[in-house]
Amino acid sequence: MQVTIDVFRFDPEKDQKPHFDQFVVEAEPVDRVLDLLEKIKDYHDGSLTFRRSCAHGVCGSDAMRINGVNRLACKVLVQDVGTRIKVEPILGLKVKRDLIVDMEPFFDHYKSVLPYFINDEAPPEKERLQSPEARERFDDTTKCILCAACTTSCPSFWSDSAYVGPAAIVNAHRFIFDDRDQGAAQRLEILNQQMGVWRCRTAFNCTEACPRDIHITQAIAEVKKAITSGKLD
Amino acid sequence: MANVHQYEVVVVGAGGAGLMAGLYASKTAKTAVISKLYPTRSHTGAAQGGIGAALGNLEDDSPEWHTYDTVKGSDYLGDQDAIEFMCAAAPDVVYELEHMGLPFNRTPDGKIAQRRFGGHTNNETGKPVTRACYAADRTGHMILQTLYQQCIKNNVTFYDEFHVLDFITVNGAAAGVVALELATGELHIFHAKAVIFATGGHGRVWEITSNAYAYTGDGVAITLRRGIPAEDMEFFQFHPTGIYRMGILITEGVRGEGGVLLNDKGERFMDRYAPTVKDLASRDVVSRAMYLEMKAGRGIGGKRYLHLDITPETVNKYAALDGRVRPDGSPYTVTGEEILKKLPDIIDFCKTYLGVDPVSQPMPVQPTAHYAMGGIPTNVRTEIVIDENNTVMPGAYAAGEVACVSVHGANRLGTNSLLDIVVFGKEAGINAAEFARGASFQPLPDDAADFTRQQLDALRNGSGKERAADIAREMKEVMFDHVGVFRIEEGMQQALEKVRELKQRFKEVRVEDQGSRFNTELLNTWELSNLLDLAEVTAASALARKESRGAHARDDFQERDDKNWMKHTLAWLKDGDVELRYKPVTLTKYEPKKRVY
Ligand SMILES: Cc1cc2nc3c(=O)[nH]c(=O)nc-3n(C[C@H](O)[C@H](O)[C@H](O)COP(=O)(O)OP(=O)(O)OC[C@H]3O[C@@H](n4cnc5c(N)ncnc54)[C@H](O)[C@@H]3O)c2cc1C
Ligand code: FES
Repeated sequence: MQVTIDVFRFDPEKDQKPHFDQFVVEAEPVDRVLDLLEKIKDYHDGSLTFRRSCAHGVCGSDAMRINGVNRLACKVLVQDVGTRIKVEPILGLKVKRDLIVDMEPFFDHYKSVLPYFINDEAPPEKERLQSPEARERFDDTTKCILCAACTTSCPSFWSDSAYVGPAAIVNAHRFIFDDRDQGAAQRLEILNQQMGVWRCRTAFNCTEACPRDIHITQAIAEVKKAITSGKLD
Repeated sequence: MANVHQYEVVVVGAGGAGLMAGLYASKTAKTAVISKLYPTRSHTGAAQGGIGAALGNLEDDSPEWHTYDTVKGSDYLGDQDAIEFMCAAAPDVVYELEHMGLPFNRTPDGKIAQRRFGGHTNNETGKPVTRACYAADRTGHMILQTLYQQCIKNNVTFYDEFHVLDFITVNGAAAGVVALELATGELHIFHAKAVIFATGGHGRVWEITSNAYAYTGDGVAITLRRGIPAEDMEFFQFHPTGIYRMGILITEGVRGEGGVLLNDKGERFMDRYAPTVKDLASRDVVSRAMYLEMKAGRGIGGKRYLHLDITPETVNKYAALDGRVRPDGSPYTVTGEEILKKLPDIIDFCKTYLGVDPVSQPMPVQPTAHYAMGGIPTNVRTEIVIDENNTVMPGAYAAGEVACVSVHGANRLGTNSLLDIVVFGKEAGINAAEFARGASFQPLPDDAADFTRQQLDALRNGSGKERAADIAREMKEVMFDHVGVFRIEEGMQQALEKVRELKQRFKEVRVEDQGSRFNTELLNTWELSNLLDLAEVTAASALARKESRGAHARDDFQERDDKNWMKHTLAWLKDGDVELRYKPVTLTKYEPKKRVY
């Protein structure tokens, strides 16, 4: 079948402003949108620029807006989106070229929530013990691949990019609710600040956008509750 | 003049091996980690099933058994000193990951959970043993995330989206690397006392592969161009279970949890090829069995795929037939819910890409190009060695999939690569930093970036008569058909000639994109030049080896030949030709035996 695909183009080295290029490519219903972009780059226009690596939804390179919603190009098939496809960069981060955005502010927010294990006690000789239930408590938020699909679908982030955003909160959640970790109080204090969790207006866009099906809105709610109740149950 | 930076240790690559190296080197030396991808995009994140360590959390196990299984799995080509070192270090390094916060699944009593994997056995009974420590089916993701988190915590310096294109050597020693900054297109010189290559594998040589687009063998190609040989390149692993036509991996953990392979007649054919461990035989053995089944017309509907079945009915049926029991002695059974919990990503992949739900339907699978056993030759200290006498190049290190230590020999066991990257990544970091303490910087040559510029200019100024994508496709096809699961003289000869023709045609390729920022066309094309070099070296090394061993299976020489071929291949690229030499395998106490499973 033939697919018509409109792709956002912007090369700051030569373009005053962005435009769309249209390509018509042969495709199978089970082709990934990423396959189409590759085909365009290989056979139509080598200068089309995007990030990708794993091609099966685990590395987080290729979040983009596909027909208006944030998706990983490698996890959306032609049969899911039809034969007219529009591809744009994710919103709220500066476009560096075509579908590539500046990820630095995103990673800065991530780093701001102390996204690493904190426990200053000397570890035992073998593993620290943890019950399967305690492990299950934060399982969902360990799945995050830092693709930014959630943060860049969030209206609060669009209106103020100083907001840490859902991805950072998800990664804080992963440690806050890990019973081996001792940094919860510090993280909750950071997230209780002006640009922390209270910016979230529960729009649910993040949960919809997550290619890993993380229940992000729920994770944010749990962090809010931990702040207000002072408890981590 | 390019931008110049100076670090005592430079690590190229930010996957599991590179991050571990960076973490350790930066404890005592000024260190930079350079990566063409953001660290968390590295392919370590794709690893699913587990990391091997004889913790014995569920049943008896020992590092000695792990060592023996690895030696046997390697088809006696692995260097036994290195294998002993790795397997002995395994429990401690897994505990170290846990102490860093890695969220392993847990046993009922709170220990790290373990599952079965191919080729890992109880050496007394010969039966599969639970040795793979896992975090659902995203163990690699959790390792990559955990190590990156620790790097943030410890303020490790990163150069993200910097693509290394050349290795600078002076006076026969490491002096640094040249890298292109993606965002600007500018060249940077990293002047260093020690360089660690941790750039991963090169499965993109083949048509059907589980490997990422970024798996283009940059490290091996760069060092080949600088006169360093590549070791054992004919040994490339084809994993039995890739999603039909796409190659996306379905972890061996599926079979560890009780899944079985079935042919068109619904037979569990592995019974016939590996009577003791059946579906959990080594990967080379299973891939060959699948190939033979399909060749005999027993592929599903006569096509080139088979079924991998993890539905509870099938699992429970064969577990009962095998007499499989749980640690407490009760019969082994599973429910759909348990499968969903243990293999969530696999189920998601199958639903997304195939519209198949593995809890109720079998998965269509075929062997997929997966893992490079070969690579840059190193000794057990991860120092790069440059000839058959194991002469060390001062300041040069390699670790992870790019390296050939060799712990995997002719065939890698599942879970041993994640182990390899953390054990030898750590070694590399410690040893490089120690080297840097005692060494001074080599003087930087004036023309350090010239060779890089020449390579890039050639890509920009080709005639444009040839298209890179066509060359890539033809290479992948011929390598998959003729330097794949089964090989014969004529096929490999044909592949070698074809790759050489493609290398000539590649000279006519022209990069259209003349921009400097994020010029991914330029870099992708440069990566293709690496793949072509590696394909040539692979085909030439394979053609020369007249025996079958591990992943190198020949129809015309079906037996292993220890008398003539128990040795490592070293391949140099010289003046457009491949020069082959050999070096002995390091033996400790394991005598070669016939390999049966
Ligand atoms: C789908 C899949 C599942 C797997 N499952 C398992 C498993 O369950 N157990 C197991 O033990 N093994 C498994 N493996 C194998 C294992 O995951 C890999 O071999 C291992 O993770 C490789 O790690 P690495 O650190 O060597 O390389 P990678 O993690 O790939 O890192 C390579 C790094 O090098 C960088 N790089 C590459 N070239 C350049 C360059 N020119 N300049 C700058 N940077 C560069 C990249 O950006 C990246 O950061 C699996 C592999 C795959 C593909
Ligand atoms: S390319 Fe890795 S997530 Fe899409």
